[in-house]
Amino acid sequence: MLEDLILAKYNYWISAVLMLIGFYAMMSKKNFIKKIIGMNIFQTAIILFYISIADVKDGAAPILVDDVLVYVNPLPQVLMLTAIVVGVSTTAVALSLIMKIYQEYQTIEEDEVLEVR
Amino acid sequence: MIQHSPVLVVIIPLVTAFLIPLMGLLRKKYCIYLSVLSMLSIFVIAASIVTSLVSSGTIHYYLGGWEPPWGIEYVIDPLSSFMVILITFISLIIVVYSRRSVEKELPNNEVAFYTLFMLLITGLLGIVVTGDLFNLYVFLEIASLTAYALIAVGEKRDALVASFNYLIIGTIAACFILLGIGFLYMVTGSLNMADVSTRLPEAYGQYPKVVLAALAFFVVGLSIKVALFPLHLWLPNAYTHAPSTVSALLAALMTKVGAYVMIRIIFTVFGFSFITQITDIAPLMDILSIVGALAIIVGAVFAISQTDIKRMLAYSSVSQIGYIVLGIGLSNPIGLTGGILHILHHAFMKGCLFLAVGAIIYRTGIRDIFDFQGIGRKMPYTMLAFSIAALSMVGIPPLCGFFSKWFLVLGAIESKSWKVFFSLVILSSSLLNAGYFFRILERTWFGESPYSQRDEAPISMLLPTLTLAAGCILLGVLIFVSHPFIVSIVDTLF
Amino acid sequence: MEITSIEPLLAVLVSLICAFLVVLSRKRRDIRESWTILASVVQFLIIVSMVPTVLEGDTISFEVISILPGIPLKFRVDAFGLFFGVLASFLWILTSIYSIGYIRSLQEHSQTRYFASFAVSLSSTIGIAFSANLITLFIFYEMLTFSVYPLVIHKETLRARRAGVKYLVYILSGGVVLLLAIILAYSLAGTLDFSDRGFLALEQAPKEMLQILFVLFVVGFGVKSAIMPFHSWLPTAMVAPTPVSALLHAVAVVKAGIFGIVRVIYFVFGLDLMSELGLGTPLAYFVSFTIIVASMFALTQDNLKMRLAYSTISQLSYIILGAALLTPSGLLGGVLHIAHHAFMKITLFFCAGAIYVVTHKEKVSEMNGIGKEMPLTMAAFSICAIGLIGIPPVAGFLSKWYLSLGSMEADKVFFVFVLLLSSLLNAAYFLPIIFNAFFKEPYGLGGRREAPSFILIPLIITAIVSIILCIAPEEFNPFFQMAELIWNSVV
Repeated sequence: MLEDLILAKYNYWISAVLMLIGFYAMMSKKNFIKKIIGMNIFQTAIILFYISIADVKDGAAPILVDDVLVYVNPLPQVLMLTAIVVGVSTTAVALSLIMKIYQEYQTIEEDEVLEVR
Repeated sequence: MIQHSPVLVVIIPLVTAFLIPLMGLLRKKYCIYLSVLSMLSIFVIAASIVTSLVSSGTIHYYLGGWEPPWGIEYVIDPLSSFMVILITFISLIIVVYSRRSVEKELPNNEVAFYTLFMLLITGLLGIVVTGDLFNLYVFLEIASLTAYALIAVGEKRDALVASFNYLIIGTIAACFILLGIGFLYMVTGSLNMADVSTRLPEAYGQYPKVVLAALAFFVVGLSIKVALFPLHLWLPNAYTHAPSTVSALLAALMTKVGAYVMIRIIFTVFGFSFITQITDIAPLMDILSIVGALAIIVGAVFAISQTDIKRMLAYSSVSQIGYIVLGIGLSNPIGLTGGILHILHHAFMKGCLFLAVGAIIYRTGIRDIFDFQGIGRKMPYTMLAFSIAALSMVGIPPLCGFFSKWFLVLGAIESKSWKVFFSLVILSSSLLNAGYFFRILERTWFGESPYSQRDEAPISMLLPTLTLAAGCILLGVLIFVSHPFIVSIVDTLF
Repeated sequence: MEITSIEPLLAVLVSLICAFLVVLSRKRRDIRESWTILASVVQFLIIVSMVPTVLEGDTISFEVISILPGIPLKFRVDAFGLFFGVLASFLWILTSIYSIGYIRSLQEHSQTRYFASFAVSLSSTIGIAFSANLITLFIFYEMLTFSVYPLVIHKETLRARRAGVKYLVYILSGGVVLLLAIILAYSLAGTLDFSDRGFLALEQAPKEMLQILFVLFVVGFGVKSAIMPFHSWLPTAMVAPTPVSALLHAVAVVKAGIFGIVRVIYFVFGLDLMSELGLGTPLAYFVSFTIIVASMFALTQDNLKMRLAYSTISQLSYIILGAALLTPSGLLGGVLHIAHHAFMKITLFFCAGAIYVVTHKEKVSEMNGIGKEMPLTMAAFSICAIGLIGIPPVAGFLSKWYLSLGSMEADKVFFVFVLLLSSLLNAAYFLPIIFNAFFKEPYGLGGRREAPSFILIPLIITAIVSIILCIAPEEFNPFFQMAELIWNSVV
C-alpha cells in the first residue's frame, strides 16, 4: 500500500512537493525577488515532472545506436528545452520589472509598494 | 499559396518583429508603416483563408513536412479562421490608431513598442492556428510575455506593479496549462489535438483520474487567462495602467483568445460528449455557467462603482467575459452561438470604447468620468463612436450587442433546466450596463459644456475608432451574414 | 389579401431622413423647421394613401431583411396598425406647428436636437405601428425609448436630468422584461409574426407557462403604458417641454405601450387562447385599480401638467380595460379611445403650454379668470375636459359608451361602475379648473392675450376634431371603420 502510493510514484511526489513550495512562495511572499524564486521552483518542478514521465525502465539516452533497443522517450526532453527557454524569458522580464520597480519605488517589498501608491 | 496560409499568418508578424529594429536603425518613423504593411498583408491572407475555407474545408499544414502526430500541425477550421480574421482585422485597426498615441505616450520608444506589438500578434495568431497542444503553450507564453512588457511601459509607475502581478498570476496560469498538457501526454502519448481527442476515451477508461486532473488544470489555468471571476484580479490594474493602444488590444483580443482556447480544449480536445459523460463526477459546464453568471453580475456592479473610465471598462470586460463563459456553460448549440458571437461583438465594442477613451486621454488627459461633462461638444465624433459602442454594450437593437444577448437568453431558455434562470441574469445585467454607461453618455451630451471649440482627435485615431463603431452597427444589422457562419462553427464543435 | 408595397418603409424613413436634414440645416432655422413640416405632411399622406386598401380588408406588407432565420425585419399594415399610424402622423403635423410656436416663443436652447429627436421618435412610433412581428416592434420600441430621452431632459436642469434617469430606469427595465417575454415566445412558438388568431397555442406549452408569459408581456409593455404600479416615470417626465409631453406622453410613447398590449392580447395570444387561459378578466380588474387610483391622484395635483399626467395614466387603462374585456364593443371602445384620448389629451396639453407661454403659469391655483384672458384656449380646454369626463357631443363619450357596452356584453357590470366612478372623479378634477377659469376674477390685468397663432391654431383644430369624431356618421369616420375592422379580423 505504502509502496504503491508513495515509493512507486516518488517522482510525482517530489515534483508535486516542489510545485507547492514554489506556488506558496509566489502567493504568500511579499518580496518580489522571493516571488520570482518561487516561480522558478514551480517551473523547475514541472520540468522535472515531464522528464520523469519520459523515463523508460532501463532505457538508454535517445541516440540511435545499433545495439540498443529501449530508449528513453525523447519528446518530453525536447519540450522541456522550450519550456526552459520560456522560463528563462519569463524570469528575465520579471527581473527587469523588479529593477524598474526598485528605481521608481526604492523598494521591492510588495506591502511597501502598495503603501506608497 | 493557400495551403501555406496557416504558417504565413504566424511567420509574417514574427519576421516583421525582427525587421522593425533593423528598420529603426534606418528611420524610426518607418516602423509604424512596416507594421501596418505587415498587418495588412496578414489581413489579406486571413480573408483568403476564410473564402477558401468555405469552398475546400479545413486546411491542414504540416510544419516541416512532419505528419501528425509526430510533427506540429497547423489547422485552420471554421473556428480558427473566425479568430484569425477577427484578430487580424482588430489589430490592423489598432495599429493604424497607434501611431499618434504611441508618439505621445511612449516618445522615442516606437521601435521597441512595435517589435513587442508584432510579437504579441504573432503569439495571438499562433494560438489560434496551431493544432498542437505544446505549441499552443509556447504561443500563449509569447503572447503573455509581450503583454507583460507592453503593460509595463504605461505612463504611471503603477503600471510596473500591475504588470508584475499579471506576470506572477499569468505564469501560474501557464504552468497549470503546461501541467494539463503533461497529464494528457502521459495518458495519450500525443500532443496533437485531434490525435489526443481520439485517444482520450480509451485513456479515460484506463486512467480516469489523470484525465480529470488534466481537465481541471486546463480549466483553472484558462480561467486565469480569460480573467474569469474570481480569478480576474490581475485584469483591472493591467488594463487601467497600460498605454491606451495596449489596453484596447488586450481588451479586444487577449481575453478573447483565452476564450477561444477554452472552447478549443473543452469542445475539440476533450469533446462535448466526453464532458457530458463525466458530468456526474465533474459538472464542468454547470460550474462554468454559474461562475460566468457571477462574473456578469459582479463585474457590472464593480464597474458601476468606478470613477476612472479605463478601470470601469476593465471591470466591464470582466462582466462581458462572463457572457462568453456562460455561453460555453449553457452547453447547447444556441448558447454557444451566443458565446462565440459575443467574442466577435465584444471585440468590436470594447475595442471601440478603449480607442475612444484613448483618443480622449490623448487630447485632454481626462480619465475621471466626472470630468466628461460636455466633452461631446469638444470631440463629437469620438464620443459618437463611444456612444454607439456603449449602447451596443447595453444591448439596444439593432446594434450587435443585442444579438449576442438574444442568443444567450434563447440558449438559456432552450436549455430547459435550472439554467433558464440565467436568462434573468443576462437581462438584468444589461440594466447594470446601462447604469454605468449612461452616467457617461448623459454628462457627455447634455448640460453645460466647458468647451466652446471643437477639438477632435487626429484623423488617424478618429478613423479607426469610427470604423469599429460602424462595425458595431453593421455586425448588428447584418447579423444574417455572420449568424450562419457562427452556426457552421458551432456545428463543428458539437 | 396581402399586398406587397414599400409604402410602410417609406413612411418610417421619411421622418428618419428628416432628422438628418434637420441636423444638416442646423444653422438656418427656417429651413430646418420647414423640413419638419414637410416631412410630417409627406408622412401623413403616405400613410393616408394606404387607408382605402386596408379598409377593403387587405393588408400591406414589406419585408426589409431577414434578421435571423424565421425572424425578418418586416412591416405589415393592418387596420389596427394603420389606425395608430394615421393618428400619430396626423398629430405630428399639428405638434410640429405647435412646437415651432412654442420653442420660438420661449427661445429654447438646443432646438436642432429637439426637432431631430422628435423626428426620430415619430419614425419609431410609425415603425411600432407597422411592425409585422414582435422583433421589429421591439427594435422600434427601444429606438423610441432613446429618441425620447433627449426630449425628456431637454431643459438640462438637475430636475430634468433626474427625471431622465428615472425615465430610463423604468423604461429600460420594462424593455428588458419585454425582451425576455419575446425570446420566451420565440422559444415556444418558433415564430414572432403577428397573426390574426395569435401565434401561440395551447399545445406549445403548459398553461402556467403561457400565463407567466402573458404577465411578462403586460409588465414589459405596461411600463410604457404607465399602468400602476409602473407609472411613476410619467408624471416625473412632465418636466419636458409641453409639446413633448403633448405628443409623446399623451400619444406616441404611452400609446406605443398600449398598442403593444393590444397586439399581444389579440395578435400574439389570440382571442381563443386568451379566454381559454382566463387572462382577460384578471387584467381588466388589474387596470381598473389604475383607472380609479390615478384619477384620485390627479385630484391632488396643483401643477396642471401633473394633473393631466395622472389623468393620462387613468385614461390609458381604459383602453387596456376595453381590450381585456374580449368583446367586440369592448375592443371597439378601447381602440377608439386610443384616438379619442389622443385628440382630447393633446388639446389639453397644448392649452397648458399656451398658458405657460403667455403667462408662465403652471399651477391650477394660479389660473383663476384665465378664461377671460385666453377665451379661445380655454374654450378648447373645456371642450376636451368635458370629453374626457364622457359628456356628449365630444369624442370621449363615444368611447366610454362602447366600453360600457363591452362590459355588459362580457357580463361584467362591475366595470360599468368603474367607468362611472372614474367619470365622476374626472369631473371632480376638471370642472373646478373650468369654473375658476371662467367665473373667477383674474389676479392680473385681465386683458385679452391669446397665444401666437402657431400655438393657437393646432389646439383649435384638435378640439374641433374631438367633436367631429363623436358626431360624424360612422361611414365618414375612418377611425371608426378601422376600429370596427379589427374585431372582424381577430374572430
